[in-house]
Amino acid sequence: MSTTHTPTGTGEIAAREQMNIVIVGHVDHGKSTLVGRLLADTGAIDPAKIEKIRRICEQQGKHFEYSFLLDALEAEQAQGITIDAARCFFKSARRDYIIIDAPGHIEFLKNMITGAARAEAAVLLIDAAEGVRENSRRHGYLLSLLGIKQIVVVVNKMDRVDFDAGVFETIRAEYTAFLEKLNVRPAAFIPVSALAGDFVVERTAQAPWYDGPTVLQAVDAFDKAPRPEARALRMPVQDIYRFNRLGDTRRIIAGRITQGTVHVGDEIMFLPGGKRTRVASIEAFSAGTPTQAFAGQSTGITMAEEIYVQRGDVMCTPADPPRVSDRLRANLFWLGRQPLRRGRTYKLKLSTYSGLCELEQIVDVIDASQLAPSGHRDRVERHEVAEVILRLRKPLACDLSHEAEDTARFVLVDAYDLAGGGIVRDVLDASGDDATARWTAEAGSIDRPLREAKNGHRALLVVIHDDMDQNGQALAGALEESLWSSSHQVFRVALAKDDLHKLGGGQLEMKTISFARTAALLNAGEIVIATVPWAEEFTHHEVLHVPGLDSVPRFQVRFAIGGGTSEADDWVLDPAQEPRALHDDIKRRLGEHLRRA
Amino acid sequence: MDPTDRMDFDRDPGDLAGDPGYADRMDHLDRLEAQSVYILREAYKNFKNLCMLWSIGKDSTVMLWLARKAFFGHVPFPLVHIDTTFKIPSMVEYRDRMAREWNLTIVFGKNEEALAQGMNHTRGRLVCCAALKTSALKATLDGTGTRYRVMADGSYVPDANREPYTGVIVGARGDEEGSRSKERYFSPRGVDNDWNLDDQPPELWNQFKTDFAPGTHIRIHPILDWSEVNIWEYIQREKIPIIDLYFDRGEGRRYRSIGCGPCTSSIASCARSTEEIIHELKNTNVAERSGRAQDQEDPHAMEKLRRDGYM
Repeated sequence: MSTTHTPTGTGEIAAREQMNIVIVGHVDHGKSTLVGRLLADTGAIDPAKIEKIRRICEQQGKHFEYSFLLDALEAEQAQGITIDAARCFFKSARRDYIIIDAPGHIEFLKNMITGAARAEAAVLLIDAAEGVRENSRRHGYLLSLLGIKQIVVVVNKMDRVDFDAGVFETIRAEYTAFLEKLNVRPAAFIPVSALAGDFVVERTAQAPWYDGPTVLQAVDAFDKAPRPEARALRMPVQDIYRFNRLGDTRRIIAGRITQGTVHVGDEIMFLPGGKRTRVASIEAFSAGTPTQAFAGQSTGITMAEEIYVQRGDVMCTPADPPRVSDRLRANLFWLGRQPLRRGRTYKLKLSTYSGLCELEQIVDVIDASQLAPSGHRDRVERHEVAEVILRLRKPLACDLSHEAEDTARFVLVDAYDLAGGGIVRDVLDASGDDATARWTAEAGSIDRPLREAKNGHRALLVVIHDDMDQNGQALAGALEESLWSSSHQVFRVALAKDDLHKLGGGQLEMKTISFARTAALLNAGEIVIATVPWAEEFTHHEVLHVPGLDSVPRFQVRFAIGGGTSEADDWVLDPAQEPRALHDDIKRRLGEHLRRA
Repeated sequence: MDPTDRMDFDRDPGDLAGDPGYADRMDHLDRLEAQSVYILREAYKNFKNLCMLWSIGKDSTVMLWLARKAFFGHVPFPLVHIDTTFKIPSMVEYRDRMAREWNLTIVFGKNEEALAQGMNHTRGRLVCCAALKTSALKATLDGTGTRYRVMADGSYVPDANREPYTGVIVGARGDEEGSRSKERYFSPRGVDNDWNLDDQPPELWNQFKTDFAPGTHIRIHPILDWSEVNIWEYIQREKIPIIDLYFDRGEGRRYRSIGCGPCTSSIASCARSTEEIIHELKNTNVAERSGRAQDQEDPHAMEKLRRDGYM
């Protein structure tokens, strides 16, 4: 019996255009009702679904409302407010829409941002009776920060003010003036009653003075943002693959092109390192042999020469590179439970780059609802917007927010949580190495043996010499997780090439910051897993020297490339081995070093 | 400082209009594919113990195809299947055959204890789903239940890897059912597989939650933005070999959603090809899961199942 069906025929399906739109506004200004109305009046809802909602309403003794179509979850129905950015779908004659209903309640600002960040256009609601409110302004500000320029403003609940043209004009004048300051010009202001369905899909006789579009006509008039294929090439490196499986030995640099176009044979450069080569091939599965790849595509290339490239590098052309810096001036919004504090360290992620940064300075905190600077402070509270200066531990390649989108946007992670997002306004010169002092190991009254006794194991330095595919990093990560879950105090130090000096006699030494950090961790009795990156100028038998810490036991692992090893190696690995599977083996070899007290 | 000074974030989009270099070369399927591939690669980069759930259905088979796109023909993580033993028989046959043809690593698990005690849908459809799907899945993911590996010779042997999967790729779609529309691409789950829907992490600009506390895991949803029609359009375009239960084979009936035999009914349809299915879907407004009996037992059935870890 045949159990597969391979589609045949060449019948082209006319692909319809699709657009993500978000609906935002102050709580209770009627977003869910508007969306329910749009879905119902465009015929997008399965009658069985409406029936299901009616059944729930009956069970709960409530009247059916259009907003219930979206508030599909028990939790929301109990509280009567939208918690998360629900997604639903409707169609017009022009295109298909994914509509994101973003919550208006301040507690759920992170959900509003999640919804709005995916949108290409926005509908902003204002209650005719209440007028412009705090969140009307905050949402307007955030839409501009998120880069959404196509906005239509719906003045809802016009039935409550008898479709009074004066009320509508007052709101239009006030909000237009506010948006003007953000350089945002809405495509239309529309008087609507979502409850009754006036000017949502149907044009009714309620406002004879209004001759503008309905909501559906206004969103249909939005244009798709074109993919920036003609701009300078940017492909943040996402990963490097060499599967070594089923005869496949390709080394593929994988990533998504955020802008520009790349062709086979083009000269390319990777920043911040600056290495150059040419594109040998563009790789694809089940899509022939492409000769070019362009903005928006997730693709992969092979290189004419095997150069060291890592995730976070940005592939570009030498003629039109991004900027490289370790100090950024940025505008950001903060969502963290803990305030954003000056002097504290966060993880910064920009495209595929990820690295630690310190909040060096808060230039200004802006009250988003009023657009008035609120003076200098040393912290940014939840839901505030600020201009800041960030100092990175390692340089990154990025663009400025007026030059590019994806490579100019970043998020900050605090502990496990994404806590803020922002745009790069400028890159600044590095101003000396004054952070060094903070990382220097200081002798205190509680010494290493005391700390080791408390930790239940001794300090240990594991040095892993990486190969060009970062198998060592993968092994280090697996080992760290494994030790952490068996209650060891463990820390991973991923050294970059720039963190190291080459000395005579096959010795490598860490530069001040990395050394001070490693030393401090070892003095705290931790197990430090340090990875030494593969680099062509290291001849594969160097040994990392850690002056002053000779009494700490060490274990050295090396992925042997071209047979180079050192007498100091405790374990030599073939790069073809799957690194993720090796951490149990290394734990066994570490043996006595890991003994718990 | 004049606050308006720093508000000038953007260029006038009008500058770009009319520039032939900005012609849009990607259609909506191209965009969906590129985003799904990006998400799959992020998952592979960030999770050491990663797996993909494969239900054999059309959605997760498209997701599997997308993984082959992302990793240039390879699928560098195991596919996990939950065997309730009540699956429509040709599903298992199809699974094992695709494992050989596409060089897949397939691992399956089942709730052997509940099966030994005779669990089936007559004890209550939701009770049965909770035991044979949700519990079996949880035990297979956290490694407390036996994971069977499908070998090249067609035999099944217990898998040596018993470590919990910390990243689980799932083929949920946002348009499928109310609660699924609330998902993130990367969605954290607690130690008990629970989903804290009221406090989900923000997600923007393709920055996903990849930092997580020990003991928790992340569910990854690469095809969240796909609709049912998109799935079929893509199957058509890519010529993906899909299980033939979805097609009418002459009886005037086909399955629109597949699962366990006793709880899945076919629909009246003469659609024999992908084109005919797409045509049919574009002219219906009957819910996709209307043939899935467990959904009808309770208006919040799916959300309750999902909070406890159902996919």
